[in-house]
Amino acid sequence: MKKYKFKIEGLDCANCANELESALQKIEQIENVSISFIMQKLSFECQEENKETALKEIRKVIKKEEPDVTIEEV
Amino acid sequence: MTKKMNKQLIKILISLFLVILSTILKLDHSIINNIFYIVAYIIVGYDIVIKAMKNIGRGKVFDENFLMTIATIGAFCIGEFPEAVAVMLFYQVGELFQSYAVDKSRKSISSLMDIRPDYANVYRKEEIERVDPDEVNIGEIILVKPGEKIPLDGIVIEGASMLNTQALTGESVPRRVRESNEVLNGCINNDGILKIKVTKKFEESTVAKILDLVENASSRKSKSENFISKFAKYYTPIVVIIAVFLAILPPLIIKDASFNDWLYRALSFLVVSCPCALVISIPLSFFGGIGASSKIGILIKGSNYLEALAHTELVVCDKTGTLTEGVFQVQKIESIGYSDEELLRYASYAENFSNHPISLSIKKAYGKEINEKLVTKTKEISGKGIFARVDKKEILVGNKKLMREYKIEVKESKEAGTIVYVAIDNKFAGTIIISDKIKEDSFKAMKEFRKNHVERVIMLTGDLDDISKNIAQKLKLDSYYAELLPQDKVEKVEKLMNQKSDRGKLLFIGDGINDAPVLAIADIGVAMGGVGSDAAIEAADVVIMTDEPSKVSSAIKISKKTMRIVRENILFAILVKVAILILSAFGIASMWAAVFADVGVSVIAILNALRILRIKNNQ
Repeated sequence: MKKYKFKIEGLDCANCANELESALQKIEQIENVSISFIMQKLSFECQEENKETALKEIRKVIKKEEPDVTIEEV
Repeated sequence: MTKKMNKQLIKILISLFLVILSTILKLDHSIINNIFYIVAYIIVGYDIVIKAMKNIGRGKVFDENFLMTIATIGAFCIGEFPEAVAVMLFYQVGELFQSYAVDKSRKSISSLMDIRPDYANVYRKEEIERVDPDEVNIGEIILVKPGEKIPLDGIVIEGASMLNTQALTGESVPRRVRESNEVLNGCINNDGILKIKVTKKFEESTVAKILDLVENASSRKSKSENFISKFAKYYTPIVVIIAVFLAILPPLIIKDASFNDWLYRALSFLVVSCPCALVISIPLSFFGGIGASSKIGILIKGSNYLEALAHTELVVCDKTGTLTEGVFQVQKIESIGYSDEELLRYASYAENFSNHPISLSIKKAYGKEINEKLVTKTKEISGKGIFARVDKKEILVGNKKLMREYKIEVKESKEAGTIVYVAIDNKFAGTIIISDKIKEDSFKAMKEFRKNHVERVIMLTGDLDDISKNIAQKLKLDSYYAELLPQDKVEKVEKLMNQKSDRGKLLFIGDGINDAPVLAIADIGVAMGGVGSDAAIEAADVVIMTDEPSKVSSAIKISKKTMRIVRENILFAILVKVAILILSAFGIASMWAAVFADVGVSVIAILNALRILRIKNNQ
């Protein structure tokens, strides 16, 4: 398991952040998903070899839940 | 203000201008008047409406945008044109102010943790290059000029300076460093020029670890935060469902009830239905509390621990290194037939070649150069002490057993501590009492604990009973347990855990090195003197970067203040919302009041949360 951090931008409110967080928690390949609205940070853990597929899933969920949100690795 | 906020502001101003214009012109033709309102509405609210449309497609009907759209379009439908525009306008002003406040607090919190160095001056090919601290390798030499932040952990190889460690430890007294001293990044170099050999990569360095710890702290959620998330989940749907009933039922049941009137009331419900004030202000309060603590050298690993600190009931302390300095010092000399100075001199000459902690403290107390030529013979008697010939006198320094072996009669000392007997030429010459010194700060810490309603303070130690008793009495502890092995400490803490009340928490303070198991079982494990010690940062829930136990009571204080603000915000937001809901159900509160209950409350709650940042160091 490796930890990844992303800057997450475009979230309107803290509640939206909470909802997006619970939606992302349903993705199987990743664990300990956390969105900090205040720090504008998304962090999660996954196996290194699964990173790309996990990211694809994450982007898909974001597109569905909050289309205006963008993420960028830090 | 960000670009997005600027754009928002312009839209609000144009729309506001149109509304004012239509009022000034007092247009008689209501159609033209209405066109003004519709244009104003579109300008200020089109993005909300578009978002709402998209959300319907995704089945998100409890989304804020959707609710606002329904409420305002509903107002248009029942002919309340000015109301519709005003609500959207007011909502957008509130949103703008809210994002401004969040942005501001985000910045003020991150500035508290502004310890990340921006660059490093590294020697490469005999030239100095300015690079990102990330790019410097172990073993490279960096140059730190006066006023610069030390970018990486390392060892000074050239130069001397005073370091300002305040950002790291909250300690305001500068620390002196010279060649071969270890330095940590994040400190500011006050005066001299330092050449430093890098010993750790940036991501392994102290600053990187601290930042990581504090940034991730908010992912361990407190009970209050979980409560709010749950509350938000049910609150919105319930309010919306009530709104639907409010619009449909009364006009059907009550005679003469106007549909428009009840619809207006229902629409007000929709405006109040967003739980944002709570959802934003609670984590922000915790985050502020964690930020304020880290500013004074207290790292808290999660909101849950910050919350738990407020309920500290039992404080269990380790002795050595926590309440005491952890350094043995000569406390008292009782000489017979010689002066104290002479006794100390003979003892330190005799101990000259020993590296035992006791010998070191005797030599330190003597503090003068030792003329080794005078020491003609030394013999260590294992477990007992030393025999030496100093200046043609036979010196014995050691414990009671040594004196017994040489058949020397001694006068026993009743002092607490390690007692060293000295005999000169086979005659008892006095005792030197060595013990660990209690930290000045420990006294302050005890006072503060009492003030913060800690019920009992207990000390655990592996040290001898009479030494521990002495310290426990001086510090006025409630009880102490001495002569404990590490596994006994675990057992004792487990027992104490059962003695506290249901809500009360047990807090353990240790140095984090050999008490990791105890740190783990306590409700809150606090490691002290944490800077540079990986083990401590790993095992503890709270890391105190200085070695002052009173920082623990500061942490409790910050926690209590945070919890008070959290409770205020929860109570205030829920009360206002419920009050407005009831008033608007009876048609007393207008949609204006509803908008205040939504965004106004959010803004007030955010401002209240920011009060935590105003906690001062000495509090």
